[in-house]
Amino acid sequence: MGHDSNTMKRILILGAGTAGTMMANHLRRHLSVENWEIDIVEERTEHHYQPGYLFLPFDIYTPEDISKPVCEFIPKGVNLINDHIEKIDPEQQFAIMRNGDRLHYDLLIIATGTKIAPEETPGMLGPEWQQSVFDFYTFEGALALRNKLREWQGGRLVVHVTEMPIKCPVAPLEFAFLSDSYFKNKKMRDKVEITYITPLSGAFTKPKATTALQHLLDEKNIRIESDFAIEHVDNDNKTIVDYGGRTIPFDLLVTVPTNKGDELLARSGMGDDLNFVPTHKATLQAKNWPNVFVLGDASDIPTSKAGSVAHFEAEILTENILSFIAGEPLKQEFDGHANCFVETGEGKALLIDFNYTHEPVEGTFPLPGIGPLRLLKENRMNHMGKLAFRWIYWNMWLKGNHIPFVSAKMQEAGKAFD
Amino acid sequence: MEKTIANTVLKVNEEGYLTDFSQWNQEVGSAIAQEANIGMTARHWEVIAYLQREFKNEVPLSIRRIGKSGVVDIKEFYQLFPMAPLKTASKIAGIPKPVSCI
Ligand SMILES: Cc1cc2nc3c(=O)[nH]c(=O)nc-3n(C[C@H](O)[C@H](O)[C@H](O)COP(=O)(O)OP(=O)(O)OC[C@H]3O[C@@H](n4cnc5c(N)ncnc54)[C@H](O)[C@@H]3O)c2cc1C
Repeated sequence: MGHDSNTMKRILILGAGTAGTMMANHLRRHLSVENWEIDIVEERTEHHYQPGYLFLPFDIYTPEDISKPVCEFIPKGVNLINDHIEKIDPEQQFAIMRNGDRLHYDLLIIATGTKIAPEETPGMLGPEWQQSVFDFYTFEGALALRNKLREWQGGRLVVHVTEMPIKCPVAPLEFAFLSDSYFKNKKMRDKVEITYITPLSGAFTKPKATTALQHLLDEKNIRIESDFAIEHVDNDNKTIVDYGGRTIPFDLLVTVPTNKGDELLARSGMGDDLNFVPTHKATLQAKNWPNVFVLGDASDIPTSKAGSVAHFEAEILTENILSFIAGEPLKQEFDGHANCFVETGEGKALLIDFNYTHEPVEGTFPLPGIGPLRLLKENRMNHMGKLAFRWIYWNMWLKGNHIPFVSAKMQEAGKAFD
Repeated sequence: MEKTIANTVLKVNEEGYLTDFSQWNQEVGSAIAQEANIGMTARHWEVIAYLQREFKNEVPLSIRRIGKSGVVDIKEFYQLFPMAPLKTASKIAGIPKPVSCI
């Protein structure tokens, strides 16, 4: 593919999910087609709006709402290669496809995201898988769960997180909140007991947000069981058991299995014990290879694995790649900025905004003192924001457009820090 | 915050984790263990020594990594330090509470 000319160089992007697609759009705008070929490899043909997986089980979104062809979002001038990436050779600078093709690169962007690995927990993929044990982190899982919920008669619903880190760490809590609303609407809330089980010591990882979320759990009569490190799923007795012997019975288990980076990174010797790529947290450059950059869920940087993070990273990484190409030093700019709507049920949501150093606090967003969105407070406007987010995702984010008033670096004005 | 443990005044955070590892010694560790109702054995100390080594090497700790360390498996780790073993053991070891990054 056009790599014979001497001046032509190639950027290879692995994965056309949220992060890879954004980068393809950013970079094509900034690099001349005469000098830079940009290729992006993706094994799927459908791009899924993953935040929609949360709504699919409750019949709020349909499958059509959350999937569109991958190619629709790849800009002109970028080659989309539909194949499975087998392996990267970072020393020789090429990637090998399933069909045997070798794609050489001058600069590599890894954006292969994270996947669930239910096989990590003994018994999770047992006979009860998709009978009474479900995930909602995949399209197939969310859809099977929707069908189950449509006819479920009630009982013990256990919403469970296996281990951290997981992408969108608030999603399982949102699932518990939305379940409460869903069963209320179906006039069967009294037939359902909801328990939220987490390996953390509280509802969330950050203290102020934990307090706010714990309050909501109490209000919605959702019991929380913390510090639970699952050892196995007992399919015969329909229980989950932790290493300390704590046993929780369920009629319906909705679990978020261990999240891992793609096996490709293990095969290539580039990942850590969960296949995440060691990455400099301020520049997004891989720690071991200067011409490799890592964006989105695939990296090991200590911030949330979220689409909003990928969006902020993409703006900064674009500048850094241009600096790298020009032989200039990289900007140490990424601050871990994350911004998540937390759906709390009954048409309300709250919003959290945080980075490496600042935990989520109360305040207004995006305009200091004005809003219109409120941080860490539940209201209807935030819920409208969450729904509008799908439009923003398809029409602004993936195309690599900047969102007015929302900067890549977190803003400290308008917030109630201690 | 300050707290007197094993007759020494130590710097701790609001959850009782030492904030200055250099103040740690085995007596301090034993006293913290006692507060958590854990009777320390040679096996407990082996695990504590391993956690401290990892801390010094700046390796982030997680239950998963400990399970794969070859030092102790997760089952035994729970037997030694019941309920929330990583947190309890870190406190006894005088190292910061493990952050589960988000
Ligand atoms: C239930 C749920 C709710 C969420 N809610 C929110 C939310 O409200 N807000 C928010 O900001 N984020 C949310 N997220 C998180 C968000 O979707 C992800 O963080 C984001 O998609 C990460 O982008 P990425 O490009 O890193 O990974 P992905 O979008 O997952 O893309 C990775 C791509 O790489 C491809 N790939 C991987 N390996 C290979 C291979 N070997 N060969 C070929 N192709 C490969 C995959 O097919 C995939 O298309 C949610 C996620 C889930 C699951």
